[in-house]
Amino acid sequence: MDLTFSAAERAFEQEVRDYIASSLTPEMKRATALTPSVFSDPDIGMAWQRALHKKGWGAPGWPVEHGGPDWTPAQRWIFEAECARAGVPNVNVMGVKMVGPVIIGFGSPEQQNFYLPRILSGEDYWCQGYSEPGSGSDLSSLKTRAVRDGDDYIINGTKIWTTHAHHANRMFALVRTSDGARQQDGISFILIDMKTPGITTRPILTIGGDHEVNQVFFDDVRVPVANRVGEEGKGWTYGKYLLEFERGSGIASAKLREALKTIADLAESDVTGRAIDDPDIAIRMSEAEVDIDALEMTELRVLSALQTGQNPGAVSSLIKLRVSEIRQAVTRLGVDVIGQDGLAVEAARPFYRLNHEPAIPEELLPVVPEYLNGRAYTIFGGSSEIQRDIIAKMVLGL
Amino acid sequence: MDLTLSDEQRLLRESADRFVAETFTSDHRKKTANDPLGYSSAIWKQFAELGWLALPISEAHGGLGGGAIEVGLLMEAFGRGLVSEPFLSTVVIGAALVAECGTEAQQQAILPKVAEGALTLAFAHSERAARFDLAHVDTTATKTADGWRLSGSKIAVLDGAAANQIIVSARIANANGASGKLALFLVPAGTSGLTLRDYARLGGGRGCNLDLRNVQLPADALLGDGQDALPAIETVVDRAMAALGAEAVGIMQTLLDTTLEYTKIRKQFGRPLSANQVIRHRLADVAMQVDEARSMALRAALMANAEPVARGRAASGAKAKIGKCARFVAEQAVQLHGAMGVTEELDIGAYFKRLLTFDTLFGGSAHHYRRHAALSGRVHA
Repeated sequence: MDLTFSAAERAFEQEVRDYIASSLTPEMKRATALTPSVFSDPDIGMAWQRALHKKGWGAPGWPVEHGGPDWTPAQRWIFEAECARAGVPNVNVMGVKMVGPVIIGFGSPEQQNFYLPRILSGEDYWCQGYSEPGSGSDLSSLKTRAVRDGDDYIINGTKIWTTHAHHANRMFALVRTSDGARQQDGISFILIDMKTPGITTRPILTIGGDHEVNQVFFDDVRVPVANRVGEEGKGWTYGKYLLEFERGSGIASAKLREALKTIADLAESDVTGRAIDDPDIAIRMSEAEVDIDALEMTELRVLSALQTGQNPGAVSSLIKLRVSEIRQAVTRLGVDVIGQDGLAVEAARPFYRLNHEPAIPEELLPVVPEYLNGRAYTIFGGSSEIQRDIIAKMVLGL
Repeated sequence: MDLTLSDEQRLLRESADRFVAETFTSDHRKKTANDPLGYSSAIWKQFAELGWLALPISEAHGGLGGGAIEVGLLMEAFGRGLVSEPFLSTVVIGAALVAECGTEAQQQAILPKVAEGALTLAFAHSERAARFDLAHVDTTATKTADGWRLSGSKIAVLDGAAANQIIVSARIANANGASGKLALFLVPAGTSGLTLRDYARLGGGRGCNLDLRNVQLPADALLGDGQDALPAIETVVDRAMAALGAEAVGIMQTLLDTTLEYTKIRKQFGRPLSANQVIRHRLADVAMQVDEARSMALRAALMANAEPVARGRAASGAKAKIGKCARFVAEQAVQLHGAMGVTEELDIGAYFKRLLTFDTLFGGSAHHYRRHAALSGRVHA
């Protein structure tokens, strides 16, 4: 057993570091640091996606024949860790990490040839049509319906919590094409052009003051049957496959470590009156760091299992749960670190392009919104309660 | 980067698991509970035959040259069986102190004997006034014409009464009365001036408090050649905490397994306890904390030979985190067993108590989060 990377892996790490240094602009870095929502806005995020694509690193998890870089699990780890360390933009994962793998796994050759290059290049911007007002954790109870009409489906219904629907030109959605014996039956996986007539988008502001999510309405929206991925009625299987990616895509410890470092730097700075001198803050900083250490080791155990061809198993639910809880602990620590400057609300967005001088130092602006928006971490992608259900069933066999 | 076990390590784990499962039964534990030694010398001999006592000792001194990972594998198995043999005090701590501090002659005299099971050791370091500060030692060692004179009091000496030799820390008194370096002394059992107050240790095994009144020792009782012993003590205690962390993981895993089984079998309101979501979620949390503890114990073992600050941060991080997890897991195991959990009729209580011991030894979570923060430059120690 050994925690160190090989000489070749070290060389790769240096290559990643060098490429990031040469392609990450100060504007991208500043914009990322001042963005309190999950994903960077598309102008920032897609600029970074293009930079990665130029180098052939646009989709680390994809197979080579579709443009993946053919990295080992260790290389992917190193890449993610270096990206986190450098503070690169948080590219919306809906394309590369979510719909991409489903199209690769279950899409037709035509679909693969059309969509995958456009995901890689950042030409298409995707959003996910899963949740509905009546279907949150109980996702398969969804009611948005696609009725066959010749070579088209006609879609009616509504999707909610749709991240970046207001930026996206495409949506992948789970829709009901028939009523089966179980509510998981009769769901299909459909790719929708957001410019199709009959689609309207309503913004939803989250408590941190950001517009990241939306409600999307479908009124007689006509979508070609050719846009269905895989078999009709098998969408739940594909959707679950994708959720596994959403939960397991996590090499999260490096990002959490960076988030903690940002808070620690603030705590050690005069801008917070050296919050670190409060022993309670200092201890909580150590508690959070140790939690991140434990998470990192768990992630490395998974990585090590993957490298030797073993199945890491249901541990992804375990990781999802801890990542969300630790992230919330770090953002809460941030609020306590900045103290009374947290009282100031800055409503304008984005923070990196304000037309006025903010009332508090710029670097403090995202701290409270991050905490407030961060309450969603234990809710989206399967709430913590759902994760515990999964652990009880899959890990403990209950 | 590879966290999978080698074939040899897998073999070690399998044989340890098997031996522990067959030997350290509930009945065995009840028998040794009243044993004045606190463990079985016959089993100790078997440990030697299996090569376990030689495991972390260098090959030059009759050992197998294993490291913290191998020790962790054994300790995790020991945790599953609540083993009370003095492996930690003799091999993980005692032999390691001799290896770190001892002269070559001392190492040759002691380590091969430990490896073959012919010598047991204990470490007398903690003092009441020190709490968990490893540098705080009031026991004094004064140079005499033909050796040393030790005076002071020690607490929480693990397996002290069973040890053939006790390694005692003392501060060397300078001629002007000012205190000097920290030093370690080999004190044979039964030395005049040594008083032991032996007790049954919470969770199995034995411990003692120790008084030293003008204990006269020969010059070669001093371990090493006069270097300050504190860095070696910190090294060995950090590694001992990693080993204890692995033992705690074994204990926690057993509590989880046992509790899972129980909640499946126990029926109330016409269905198993495990059918209730509140119970399922609690068990999910227990499983998660066992897994986090496992990661931290592994991390501390992998960092056992790192430079002192990194090693100390890993060891204290592990001790703090595993301690927190241990309390939660232990308390939930009792809670989910209902009233039976608080009786001596189940094993749950014994495992619970051993975990309480873990969280107490060398300082609890609060102490180690503080040490972690100090080593990270966040607070002053």
